[in-house]
Amino acid sequence: MTNVFDRAGGKVWDAFSGTTPSLSGPLPDPSTDAGWSGDHPKRVGFFTDTSVCIGCKACEVACKEWNLVPDDGTDASDLYRLTGMSYDNTGDLGASSWRHVAFIEDVRPHGTATPAHGGQQTGFLPAGLPAVHGGGNGHTPRDAATAPPDGGTVDLLALLPDSGAHGQQTPDDERDVRWLMSSDVCKHCTHAGCLDVCPTGALFRTEFGTVVVQDDICNGCGYCVPSCPYGVIDVRESDGGAHKCTLCYDRLGEGLEPACAKACPTNSIQFGDLDELQAAADARLAELHGRGVQEARLYGRDPDDGVGGDGAFFLLLDEPEVYGLPPDPIVTTRDLPEMWRNAALTAVGLGAAVVAAFWKGGRR
Amino acid sequence: MGARTWLGEWPIFRQATGPDPLGRGAAVQSPRTQALGPRTADADEVVKSVCPYCAVGCGQNIYVRDGRVTQIEGDPDSPVSRGRLCPKGSASTSLVTSPTRVTTVRYRRPYATEWEDLDLDTAVDMIADRVIDARRRGWQDTDDDGRVLRRTLGFSSLGGATLDNEENYLIKKLFMALGAIQVENQARI
Amino acid sequence: MAEAHPVGFQWVMEAKRRGATVIHVDPRFTRTSAVADLHVPFRAGADIAFLGGLIHYVLDNELDFREYVTTFTNAAEIVGEDFADADATGIFSGYDPETGRYDPISWQMEGGGYEAPAAGMRDHWEPELREHHAAHASDTAGGAGEQAHAPADPPRDDTLQHPRCVYQVLKRHYARYTPEAVASVCGMSTEQFLEVARAITRNSGRDRTTAWVYSVGWTHHTVGAQYIRAAAILQTLLGNMGRPGGGILALRGHASIQGSTDIPTLYDLLPGYIPMPNAHLHEDLRSFLDADAAKTGFWGHMDAYLVSLLKAWWGDAATPENDFAFGYLPRLTGNHGTYGIVRDQIDKKTFGYFLVGENPAIGHANGKMQRLGLANLEWLVVRDMQMIESASFWKDGPEIETGELRTEDIGTEVFFLPCANHTEKSGTFTNTQRLLQWRREAVHPPGDARSELHFYFHLGKRIREKLAGSTDERDRPLLDLTWDYPTFGVHAEPDPESVLAEINGFDADGDHLSSYTQMKADGSTSAGCWIYTGVFKDGVNQADRRTPGSEQDWVAAEWGWAWPANRRTLYNRASADADGRPWSERKAYVWWDAEQGSWTGHDVPDFEATKPPSYRPPEGAHAEDALSGTDAFIMQADGKAWLYAPTGLADGPMPTHYEPVESPVANLLHDQQDNPAREDIDRAWNRLNPAMSETYPYVFLTYRLTEHHTAGGMSRFLGYLSELQPEFFCEVSPALARERGLEHLGWATLISARTAIEARVVVTERMKPLRIGDHVVHQIGLPYHWGSNGLSQGDPANDLLGVVMDPNVHIQESKVATCDIQPGRRPRGPALLEFVESYRRKAGVEPGGIT
Repeated sequence: MTNVFDRAGGKVWDAFSGTTPSLSGPLPDPSTDAGWSGDHPKRVGFFTDTSVCIGCKACEVACKEWNLVPDDGTDASDLYRLTGMSYDNTGDLGASSWRHVAFIEDVRPHGTATPAHGGQQTGFLPAGLPAVHGGGNGHTPRDAATAPPDGGTVDLLALLPDSGAHGQQTPDDERDVRWLMSSDVCKHCTHAGCLDVCPTGALFRTEFGTVVVQDDICNGCGYCVPSCPYGVIDVRESDGGAHKCTLCYDRLGEGLEPACAKACPTNSIQFGDLDELQAAADARLAELHGRGVQEARLYGRDPDDGVGGDGAFFLLLDEPEVYGLPPDPIVTTRDLPEMWRNAALTAVGLGAAVVAAFWKGGRR
Repeated sequence: MGARTWLGEWPIFRQATGPDPLGRGAAVQSPRTQALGPRTADADEVVKSVCPYCAVGCGQNIYVRDGRVTQIEGDPDSPVSRGRLCPKGSASTSLVTSPTRVTTVRYRRPYATEWEDLDLDTAVDMIADRVIDARRRGWQDTDDDGRVLRRTLGFSSLGGATLDNEENYLIKKLFMALGAIQVENQARI
Repeated sequence: MAEAHPVGFQWVMEAKRRGATVIHVDPRFTRTSAVADLHVPFRAGADIAFLGGLIHYVLDNELDFREYVTTFTNAAEIVGEDFADADATGIFSGYDPETGRYDPISWQMEGGGYEAPAAGMRDHWEPELREHHAAHASDTAGGAGEQAHAPADPPRDDTLQHPRCVYQVLKRHYARYTPEAVASVCGMSTEQFLEVARAITRNSGRDRTTAWVYSVGWTHHTVGAQYIRAAAILQTLLGNMGRPGGGILALRGHASIQGSTDIPTLYDLLPGYIPMPNAHLHEDLRSFLDADAAKTGFWGHMDAYLVSLLKAWWGDAATPENDFAFGYLPRLTGNHGTYGIVRDQIDKKTFGYFLVGENPAIGHANGKMQRLGLANLEWLVVRDMQMIESASFWKDGPEIETGELRTEDIGTEVFFLPCANHTEKSGTFTNTQRLLQWRREAVHPPGDARSELHFYFHLGKRIREKLAGSTDERDRPLLDLTWDYPTFGVHAEPDPESVLAEINGFDADGDHLSSYTQMKADGSTSAGCWIYTGVFKDGVNQADRRTPGSEQDWVAAEWGWAWPANRRTLYNRASADADGRPWSERKAYVWWDAEQGSWTGHDVPDFEATKPPSYRPPEGAHAEDALSGTDAFIMQADGKAWLYAPTGLADGPMPTHYEPVESPVANLLHDQQDNPAREDIDRAWNRLNPAMSETYPYVFLTYRLTEHHTAGGMSRFLGYLSELQPEFFCEVSPALARERGLEHLGWATLISARTAIEARVVVTERMKPLRIGDHVVHQIGLPYHWGSNGLSQGDPANDLLGVVMDPNVHIQESKVATCDIQPGRRPRGPALLEFVESYRRKAGVEPGGIT
């Protein structure tokens, strides 16, 4: 475990226990960092390849069936209502939504289509993305409003020019639509803010490197909620506890894969050892780039990012913001060691002064 | 539980003495968490089945404990589905354990405004009587030109696409023997 | 496919990853479009124009797989001189405008008799027509009786140049289906059309195959059967049938909807696609077989299949002396399909109704018609898991709200009997690939819930007991019925394996049959469904085989059992050339092994195992012996794939584009606007929107969502599914929203000549207006899962539909119709009726009503 504290720069706890826990920066083995012995299992995670996601939401249902997570009828004040965000009626991740499939209807002027994201370049088909398009040839630039930062609803009517009367050229002909789907989930961060701020020890790092809430310990204080840079964890009204994806901790011990990954029809959600998933993701990215899908990118793959990389990471076909993901998440406790070190130095200084005072006093 | 054991399980003790000084991992794992396992592990049996929704025919494993379905998951052995299920197939446990499922006979008298209870055996007997009566009243030996019809139009049946082949077979066989030609199902739709 | 069959779609995604091109042709941009290489939007109801355009492209550019076409199809055969093509008029020879029916006699091949198509000629019940055909057959074939139906080989021109050879007839028929013309009909650009045309032709041939996948988007039309025919012609021309990666794949929507067609709970079929007998004077087994069974090909053994069925049903009571109880079967006199039944219910001509796992009040076209049928019954038995709308219509149906019906006036006696679910009984489903998979019972059904097997077995027993001792001749079939299955458990559940064994059949020694080729017409064998024979081969429940896929090759022949004979790809003889060699190494599937003197390969050959490619039938040969070693389509009387169908279809020998009955535009390809042979129900509760109506200017189409299942009985009652698609909505384009003032997430009212319904508005760029000629056509999407019961509720989309039907299969046109759409919620109570009536008045439609 070398060079792991470059950014946080703190080894203030060495004196306390002789280990080297960390709160930010790359960290190959968060389980050992959290006190699991050396023979603990390899770190596992999810690689969600959104380029093959068909938005079926099997992951959402399989998750709820396995984990007995309440449906909207149990917990929401507004029962069974459309959100208006395309086919997404889950809205976001939360205490009762541990998987969330986002649907983004990405509208662009016709002719500015980007290459297909999964298919082979056939040579005889244009490199057009799967898109509805008519015969028009609009030249307006892509409207930023079509890709809201929250990945949410788009005021499509507001985009329309003043035309479209019956029997006339319709502006719809001039635009292509791309339908992006992505199954979001807790990222099981290398540096998990939720865990680091949890005062009760309810949130803990498992031997698999995942981050799990222990229902029998959580007192619902909610400190974890604002500490998540992704807005994942939340407190459930009905039982007062904080909840989020456990990466099916109860299944992992028996060698079972998480329910969502098992159900996923197109293998968009892949579960496995994180290092192998990372290799698979790198290969998939290279494959897509090779096919001309330059917009493909990995998200949460980089151990140098603000959370030390994610245990659940993604292949996206657009900017993270398009999917409602923060572009540059930073663990909320990143600066904590620095603060604590300063505090500790102060304390040591103070203590030294006191000791010095006693010492001096003793010399009297 | 001896004092030493008790102390050993106390998170603060483990945190202070073990390799997890911040209490973020092994030190704070509760006994309940430690004991966690999949509820499928203690199933009395795992029964091979097939998803009841669409016609892809995905394999399902039904986990049963104490005579109740505790979980339904995709069957990885199936070359049709390779263990995967769609949202509907994934909701199969909810389907078969639904709290709104009707499990007793409901009966509505002609012109009544509410349901009543009815004994199953009585219901089947009443239905048998109605079949015999409707069959008789709808019977046609021949048409106007004297062509043999040997049939009844007194009653009909709709459904079968969600049923088993063996069930459809009995329906068709019984209806043919009754002379009832009006048997239809979703395949016409 | 990604929407309604997501797990099946994994194979498409896998193919795509391996380099396959995925093209999605659909009026809507769906979850399938989202991951396809190309989405081609087009106008609902224009598929034959589209497919006809592709056929034109293939023929015009001579891109057909010529060796395949000359080997396996009827392309070279000469059509009779009497045939007149539809041409500009859109009407083929033989049409009678008074009856609205075709007499197909003029469609016959030159010198050929009236030839039975693959599965019997489906009999014509009108005696005049039947006699006419018999006479014609006698004349032309120069024989009588049996010989009349032995098809004489029509003259051929293997150069395909004869002006009346099928190839040239086909080419002329589709000459008007130019890329420009069909693009205009479909509302796509010529370039889009050509992209598809180029893609499928380049990807077909010796080394490559293209598959077409469809669902009810192709069958729910007044020309639905011809949609499939058009695809069949295209795929045959391109050599894509009977080969790996080829075919026309129907994605069916219910767990055993294939099984319920094979073992038909359908009025016009007996098990194994044997037609139901129609009423004829002096009909007996022989005359039935003469009329309905092809003499050549494997239907030449229909006598054995039928006699075995009769033996399975009536056992010792079926004897050679009594025609094996053939006379016990009831007779048809025309269309007794589900919509006719409902019409008769409304007219109180039929009194009782069993609904088993079906919710027609929501799931069928014209919901009002369905509910009126239910309300006019004397008794109704509903067997389901949840309280569906078809059981509770008398309490909370839409007609109660409008005042058209009053609960206190509805005399229907309703029995709701809870049923067992799929975990609570053993049995087989037949999936969309014809694969039978056995399910094992996991738990016992709760309370009064029982399997259908239990219900019908005990109902039958009860009826037989009540009629025991009857001397009435009409009760003989019931009392002679073999109805003695072993039972087990406290509820005396019949043993489903004993039923499956009966379906499979037994030989004279009481041993399980292992193949339908063992069947005899002498009454020594029995089998309840000949195509399922083999499922109990060796006394083993083959449907319960579960060798893991990972331990098998890609055909996975040891998982379940596929009919017939565990063949996974039908007509796979066509995967090899005339000499029995694979068309290419890459596409090798089944081939002739000359050394072994047998067919072999990855699959069970769909051909007689030892018939060499060089075999030529002797004069007068019968059944399969009459087919040569290159006649791959063994169920056809002539062993050929038919590019031109001289018999078997009620609306023409070649698919022709007709507009939907409710179309916003005129037919640009033919004078005839819509299918001239379609079937209507002209009643006050089934008014139709006029074509090209200003009052009902928009096209709507109905469909399913991934998160729900059909009429909702298995999804709307579940929280985890309801929350994912919680409300009924309509999908409209921004342009239509603007045109009608519709607000995203606001309410809209949709109006047809049947009724008006309300839905939440979803404005989406995925819906695109199309330009048809100088007309802009707006299409509205309507998922149809909702009703008044369950956790997530809404108006039923199917209430908006009228019923007009395909004349071949009597399936309704529910994938395209017209409506108006207005912002806001629909009127309540009687005001709704006046609102809908005002639209009808404006459109010049006759008044509606409930009688």
